[in-house]
Amino acid sequence: MKKVFVLSQNIVSPLGNTVKENFDALCAGRTAVAVHQDASRSEVPFCAALLPPAFFATDTTSFTPFEYVLKASVTDAVKQAGIDTTDPDTLLILSSTKGNIGRLEQQPVTKELKKEIGLTVSAEKLAAHFGFVHRPMIVSHACISGTLAIITAKRLLEAGKYKTVVVAGADLITRFILSGFQSFHAVSDTLCKPFDANRSGINLGEAAATIVLSTRPEPEGIIISGGGVSNDANHISGPSRTGEELFIAIDRAMKEAGVGTDTVDFISAHGTATMYNDDMESRAINLAGLQDVPVNSLKGYYGHTLGAAGLLETVISIESARNNTIIPTKGFETSGTVKPINICSALTEKPVRAFLKTASGFGGCNAAIVVRKV
Amino acid sequence: MHITAAVIVRDGVIVKDEAVIYRSSEEGGTFIKAAYEELEMDYPRFYKMDLLSKTGTVAVDVLLRDHAGFEACRPETAGMVLSNRNASIEADVQYLEASKAYPSPALFVYTLPNIVIGEISIRYRFKGENAFFVSDAFDADWIHWYVTDLMQRNLLKVCICGWIDVLEEQLDACLFLVEPAPAQTGTAFTVENLCSIYNKNYGK
Repeated sequence: MKKVFVLSQNIVSPLGNTVKENFDALCAGRTAVAVHQDASRSEVPFCAALLPPAFFATDTTSFTPFEYVLKASVTDAVKQAGIDTTDPDTLLILSSTKGNIGRLEQQPVTKELKKEIGLTVSAEKLAAHFGFVHRPMIVSHACISGTLAIITAKRLLEAGKYKTVVVAGADLITRFILSGFQSFHAVSDTLCKPFDANRSGINLGEAAATIVLSTRPEPEGIIISGGGVSNDANHISGPSRTGEELFIAIDRAMKEAGVGTDTVDFISAHGTATMYNDDMESRAINLAGLQDVPVNSLKGYYGHTLGAAGLLETVISIESARNNTIIPTKGFETSGTVKPINICSALTEKPVRAFLKTASGFGGCNAAIVVRKV
Repeated sequence: MHITAAVIVRDGVIVKDEAVIYRSSEEGGTFIKAAYEELEMDYPRFYKMDLLSKTGTVAVDVLLRDHAGFEACRPETAGMVLSNRNASIEADVQYLEASKAYPSPALFVYTLPNIVIGEISIRYRFKGENAFFVSDAFDADWIHWYVTDLMQRNLLKVCICGWIDVLEEQLDACLFLVEPAPAQTGTAFTVENLCSIYNKNYGK
């Protein structure tokens, strides 16, 4: 099978609009998470990582805010990669959990509006803007969407269906999403504390991220080398009690990549900072025999960026691999998961050959990828 | 690879392998609840679900009925690949309306299209590969390619795949059970056969 190389990447987030700006911010320990008072989103103050209103103020197009942030991210990644988006061997894959849901909150709900906010409408607008020949593929699979979109692109490229795939994801935090997570009492009032003994829930975050993948060999490049997806078959809004199912996804990703526990140099976990998620991940990491491998969660910098999370966290991890620098878990102080794992809590310089990225979400879904250097 | 069973839930009919097994003039939620009761499905979780998950639960119950040998499959080799046009829009609207008074976690959890996969996975212990895609119409080429790839990679032995969409009171589900099976069993898993099963009209 063909190998799948990373050609370029982008992140548009409150910490910056390029990969470099974002990676530098993380190395400097900056977080985008802050307390906001915004009556249009919540009656009470809430702690989240939000794109500044000024970001959208420059938009004079017919794109919705969700589409606009995606467009900004894809534009930069495509430019970096130097690819021709009108080439028939190129595909766009989009990843989002709630897309244009914000529009549902602002207008009377009609059948027409229900259809208009569909992800296919956004996909068509973006495809037309960039001149993609094929209809974009759309992944909407809760919080594994971004990771699953990368896996889908990898499979298509390995099979030779396309030569280049642009994978992009975004979500914005509207009243709809915020109130939903608040109703679960899953939102932390302060900076979230992934894997910490005193963790008390998530911060939500807004971002878009893009990765351009290709079968064009890149010397000294980065390869998406393994991927796996599983389901807990246990509960629709709570994770597995055993972690066995996330382990199934990890095991498949590692086997497909042909890497052992001694080659995985760090793990970019989902690490939402809820009690149950982080415990479940600690179990899965132990089942995989990876308990000594440094683990980070980036939720303390970006919050949980939902459909963008898998992409955004993979982009940062690829930068970590390139720079041989592992980002610490902001918010973490004291170990406190049900099974011991090795949380990365300080900026660590270390040669990186490969890393594991995991994600889990509502509906019991889990996904894992292994990314390594050539 | 073969389509060893197929089910359609649409326009007041439920069809299993080309045989109409339930017909009613009701629509949407009323239709699916009546079908659930008439077809004697004993699965009380049904009543907690949104319309998309209810439709999926009824469809898969019919799809897997009298399906010998199914239990022998290992959970991690059973998966689901579903798609639709309108994601979870009816659950979204329901949650949004209710949230004006009180945001309900029980409604919010259904505001993701892949929850129907989660519900069915819980009932039948499907722990393998699962994916939810959004497209304008049933994309047989895509479903065929994606599922074939999963089977060829030896990640799945059994897969429920197809289309499941809910917009207002309109249900449109067409699900296929795909397995390696002797040539005489079922229909070959091809794009043409997916299309012809999906497109067959059973009237109102």
